[in-house]
Amino acid sequence: MFIAKGCISLDFSALNSGALEALGKGALVTATISGVSILLGVVVGLGLAFMLLARNAIIASCANLYRSFWRGTPLLVQLFIVFYFLPKVGIDVPPFVAAVIALTMNTAAFQAEIYRAGLQAIPSGQVEAARVLGIGIWSIRRHILIPQMFRLVLPALTNEIISILKNSSLVSIIAVTELMRTGQQIASASFRPLETYLIVGLIYVVMNSCLSWIGARVENHLLRSEGRTYGV
Amino acid sequence: MVFEWDLIVRYGPTLLQGLWMTMWIVFLAVVIAIVLGLPLALALVSRSAVVRISVRVYVEVMRGTPILIVLFILYYGGPSMGLVLDAVPAGIIGMGLYGAAYFAEIFRSGLQSIPPGQVEAARMLGLTKSQVLFRVKGPQMLSLIIPPGANQVVILIKESALLSIITVPELTKITAQIVAETFAIVEPYVAIALLYWALIELVSRLFRKLETLVRHGQ
Repeated sequence: MFIAKGCISLDFSALNSGALEALGKGALVTATISGVSILLGVVVGLGLAFMLLARNAIIASCANLYRSFWRGTPLLVQLFIVFYFLPKVGIDVPPFVAAVIALTMNTAAFQAEIYRAGLQAIPSGQVEAARVLGIGIWSIRRHILIPQMFRLVLPALTNEIISILKNSSLVSIIAVTELMRTGQQIASASFRPLETYLIVGLIYVVMNSCLSWIGARVENHLLRSEGRTYGV
Repeated sequence: MVFEWDLIVRYGPTLLQGLWMTMWIVFLAVVIAIVLGLPLALALVSRSAVVRISVRVYVEVMRGTPILIVLFILYYGGPSMGLVLDAVPAGIIGMGLYGAAYFAEIFRSGLQSIPPGQVEAARMLGLTKSQVLFRVKGPQMLSLIIPPGANQVVILIKESALLSIITVPELTKITAQIVAETFAIVEPYVAIALLYWALIELVSRLFRKLETLVRHGQ
C-alpha cells in the first residue's frame, strides 16, 4: 500500500517547446470556458438573487430550490447530468457548450447567494427614498442597487471566479481539450506524469494569482474612487 | 424519455455502499485536514519569517491549484517520487493535504480575531503557551470557525466525487459502473445527485446545531 524510496528525480526534458505550446493553448481554452461561464453566471445569478429576495413566495422558493440543488451537489455529477441529459431530450451540443452550460448553472447559484447578501447589505432606506421620489423598480435595481452591490461583493466574487477557474479542470472528463486534458495527454505520451502535472499546477497557480491580484487592484481602485465621490 | 424507478430500487443497496465509502473518505480527509491545519495556522502567525513565508507558499499553492492536479500528482506522479499509493489512501491523503490549506486559513482568521490583550493577560497570570491556546483562544475561536469549517467540509464532500477519476470506489465511481452495466444514464446520476444533496443538507444541519450548542455553552 505504501512504498517510499526517498529519491526524487525530476526530468523536464519531455516538456519541450511543442508541449509547452499545447499547454498554452489549453490554458487559453480554460480561460475562455471560465470567462464565458462567469459572465453568463453574472446575468443568471443577478436574476436569481432578485428572485430569492422576491416577495412572491413561489418565485422565492423556486430560486431557493435551484440554489440549494446546484450548491449541494458535486460539479462532476452536474456535468454528467448536463452532458448526458441534453442528448436524451434531443438537444445535441458539443462538449464545449455542455461544459459552459454546466459551469454557468453552477456558478449562477453561487453568485446568486453572493449577490443576495450584497443586496441585503444595502440600507433599505435607499430603496424607500427612491420609491418615494417616483423612481421605477427596474431603475432602482439598475442605477442604485446593482452598482453598490458589486462594490460590496467584489472580494467574494473574486473568490468565486478563482473557484470556477479551478473547477473548470473537471470539464476535461467530458473530452474538452482545456489545460487539464492537455496535461493528461502530454503525461500519457511522455510517461512523465509528475513533471507534467507540476507544470500544469503551476500554470493554474499563476492564473489564479493574477486573478486575485487584479481583484485586489479593482477593490483598491473602487475604495479610492468611493472616497472621492463622498469627499472622504 | 421514461424515468425507470426500478433501476434505482435494484441498485439502491450498491449506491448506499458507495455513499458509505464517500462518507468514510471525507471523514478521514477532514481529520487529516484539521490535524494538519492547526499547526499550519500557528505557523502562518509565527514570528519567524521563514516559517511564515514557507507555509504561506504552501497554502497559496494548494488554494490556487485544482484538487484534480493534487490527486494526479500524488497518484500518477507519486511513483516517480518513490511514493506508491493505492487509490484510496492517495485520495484520502490528497484531499487531506488540500483541505489542510483551507483549514489553516480558517484557523488563522480565528486565531487573529482574539484580542492580543487577552493573551498577554493570560501569560501574565502564568498560563503556559499551550494553556493559552487550548483554554483561552480555542474556546473563543470555536464559534467563529464552525461556520466556515462546515462550509469547507461541504466543499470536501463535493470534491470527493473527483476521487472517482483516480478509480476510488466511492459513490460517483460506483454510479459510473452502474451506468456502464445498464446503459441507463439519467436515473443513476439523478439518484446520486439526490444522495449527495441529502448528505450535504444533513451535514450542514448538524453543524448548525453544533454552532448553536457552542454559542449556548458560552
